[in-house]
Amino acid sequence: MKQKHLAAIATYVFLCVVCLFSVFPFYFMIVGSTNQSVDIVKGRLFFGTHLIENFKTLASTVKLGNAFWNSMRNALVNTVASLFVCSLAGYGFQIYRDKGKDTLMGLLLLSMMVPFAALMVPLFRMFSQARLLDTTVGFILPTISTAFLIFFFRQSAESFPMETVQAARVDGLGELGIFFRIFVPIMAPTFAAAAIVTFMAAWNNYLWPLIIMQSQESQTMPLLITGLTAGYTTDYGILMLSVTITTLPTLILFFTQQKRFVEGVLGSVK
Amino acid sequence: MAKTTLTKKINLYGWLFVIPAALFIFILNFYPMVSAFLLSLQTGRGNNLKFAGLKNYARLFQDEMFLTSVGNVITYLVIQVPVMLLLALVLASILNNPKLKGRGIFRTLIFLPCATSLVSSAMIFKSFFSIDGIVNTTLMGLGVLQSPMSWLTHPIWAKFVIILTITWRWTGYNTVFYLAGLQNIDRSVYEAARIDGASASRQFFSITIPLLKPVILLTTIMSTNGTLQLFDEVRNITNGGPGIATLSISQYIYNLSFMYNPQFGYAAAVSYAILVMVAVLSFIQIKVGDKR
Repeated sequence: MKQKHLAAIATYVFLCVVCLFSVFPFYFMIVGSTNQSVDIVKGRLFFGTHLIENFKTLASTVKLGNAFWNSMRNALVNTVASLFVCSLAGYGFQIYRDKGKDTLMGLLLLSMMVPFAALMVPLFRMFSQARLLDTTVGFILPTISTAFLIFFFRQSAESFPMETVQAARVDGLGELGIFFRIFVPIMAPTFAAAAIVTFMAAWNNYLWPLIIMQSQESQTMPLLITGLTAGYTTDYGILMLSVTITTLPTLILFFTQQKRFVEGVLGSVK
Repeated sequence: MAKTTLTKKINLYGWLFVIPAALFIFILNFYPMVSAFLLSLQTGRGNNLKFAGLKNYARLFQDEMFLTSVGNVITYLVIQVPVMLLLALVLASILNNPKLKGRGIFRTLIFLPCATSLVSSAMIFKSFFSIDGIVNTTLMGLGVLQSPMSWLTHPIWAKFVIILTITWRWTGYNTVFYLAGLQNIDRSVYEAARIDGASASRQFFSITIPLLKPVILLTTIMSTNGTLQLFDEVRNITNGGPGIATLSISQYIYNLSFMYNPQFGYAAAVSYAILVMVAVLSFIQIKVGDKR
């Protein structure tokens, strides 16, 4: 019995250590944004009074508002466009299922095995020829349609009763009407989960914007952060503040929508 | 007759629904994949390219930088992926215990790193380990170090920092998958094992791991793919340095294509090397996973 007790204590200690490890960087980042660089370096772990000063310095050295708006616009447009294209396809693959579409789906799934690194050179050349550098359209196109999201919607459409579709047809509703007026509202939680993961991926995307968002005007938040460490000395105060500002939207999404977030991460794995 | 035209019309709609998504994948994934291959058969600088056959592929085997980057990525892979997945498995089996107090809070805190971007996590860990960072200050305060340690310019410690950052960011993510898998295992299996006197570690190795095999396979493939394409962390923590000691393959492709004088043809050949490695490793993992 005593041994069992010890094991339980060891488990809790282990969990606490792991949790401390996973939370500490967040704490460090938030505290850091309220302190000045010298104090952060010394390892100060208490809230300071330099938040406003850091903000003023950050806002005067970089185009903060512009980058935040770019990130927000790109991520939102990406989310809406991806959800539209992929949910329509996932629904189509499931509800109008036949041999031809199953073959096509299998083919599309192959794209999940293609590393982005193998595509970036030709994509860059295509996009610069099409004059899509520095544009939102250029930002969203490579991730607008993903086999992951299509498959996710196809799996969830499995639970959508065929009788409902047939009944709606008898009632005279068109095929598009059935999708928009019945499927979308019923599947709202699925759409929410897909929206969260898509938004987060687009918001945090780094490599692709690094390649195509070349002008200052089109810079996104991750690019802005990395720009801050390009000089000889790094101001950790403003660095931590910019990291905090970038993390805040996804952190809020995480805390308020954790269940949907987990569903989205898991995708069609059950 | 009317009925067949109706089915035809309905079927047409089915295609209408799937074709936009399929077209995007064909144009933005399959087509560039083919064009990368054609590009890899050409050499030259900038857009001044000419056909060179398999020359680029021959060059790969003599290219010190390429071989180092492959070695680096394999080092990250064989150390980081097993450690992280094992940690995630242990965490998931602890969190799966319904008697655990504060389960929800622990779970949330362990998932938390998923809410941040790779760039942000790289920046935070870079600050931790910078020459005047908190790790050095703490270790010197404790008397472990006499003088500040230059973590990020040391070829082995720099790799360690990158591995630590990736592990921090992705362990919770993999725990999500294992927890979902564990929730599908009937709890009575564990009850029976406990009655038979099987210890916690015995249950872990004889029940949890075998029953989670498909999920373990999936996470292994995902992590392997991710590590082979490692970019954000390396570029932002060490920028490949010191020298090329931490350079990843993706970063090498990036450097070849977008720094200095672009060598698109050769970069495409390097990118095909990643493609082949992803395919081969996934295939091996599926085969090994099936046999066991």
